[in-house]
Amino acid sequence: MPRVRVLVTLKPTLLDAQGRTVQEALHALGYGNVNQVRIGKVIEMDIADEGQSVQAQVKEMCDRLLANPVTELYEIEVLE
Amino acid sequence: MRFGVVVFPGSNCDADAYYAIRDVLQQPVEYIWHQDNDLHGVDCVILPGGFSYGDYLRCGAIARFSPVMQAVEEFARQGGLVIGICNGFQILCEAHLLPGALVRNEGLRFVCKHVYLRVENTDTPFTNRCRRGEVLCIPIAHGEGRYVCDRETLQELQANNQIIFRYCDSTGALTRESNPNGSLANIAGIANERFNVMGMMPHPERACEAMLGSEDGLKIFQSIVHSALAVAR
Repeated sequence: MPRVRVLVTLKPTLLDAQGRTVQEALHALGYGNVNQVRIGKVIEMDIADEGQSVQAQVKEMCDRLLANPVTELYEIEVLE
Repeated sequence: MRFGVVVFPGSNCDADAYYAIRDVLQQPVEYIWHQDNDLHGVDCVILPGGFSYGDYLRCGAIARFSPVMQAVEEFARQGGLVIGICNGFQILCEAHLLPGALVRNEGLRFVCKHVYLRVENTDTPFTNRCRRGEVLCIPIAHGEGRYVCDRETLQELQANNQIIFRYCDSTGALTRESNPNGSLANIAGIANERFNVMGMMPHPERACEAMLGSEDGLKIFQSIVHSALAVAR
């Protein structure tokens, strides 16, 4: 049974207020060389093989529910 | 005119909307459960504020697939009046009934306070009782209210006068300081191209009685009733 990992990130054109705040915290901890911190989501799932392409099925899930095409990008990784 | 207030698991402004319609506006109103497949024949649907399905994944992302939303989409396609307030606005965007999306406030904080809104378009079923450029005082209460969309969408919204409310100061000036969440172009509320679906982050149902600090929100509900009367005539 394939395990799939979906990585959802905010589009680079959008201000990531969370990422910016975490970056400021990292700077405050002395990691001054850190830049462009972006925060996203990881969604993992097992998918029973029913003959169709897992990749295509997960892409459909991303377009319909898992990501918002207005604000987010996604990457699909089939783990095993 | 009959109103329906949709109740999702997590809605918490449904009772406020119900009260504003029944007791202040004195119009018939009923609740519509999120599992319902039909809208009980109401003339206007209110998607209230609060939360829905925990707002897991994204605000409104799960709610848009609920049975009632399938009925709301069909109702909207047929020209029915739909107003989404706060979480309701987020759901309408997720359902693609309105363009764009609402993301985390620029300042990351949940903001709960009265704000000023400038009425940008009065030729709509939701604002016909307002004056163009009128400044309304209505509260907001949200953590994810920063309106975003791509450049082409913004140009379309502007060209079609679909921007209904913008955050402003008490004189009506659009300033950076008066924008509570970092919304693009100070946008607080928009309508679809047909102007039968409108979403706004501020809560007009919390501003319908002087005792609550403002009666300005009532103008929006009065506009809806007025538009229905105009159609009936």
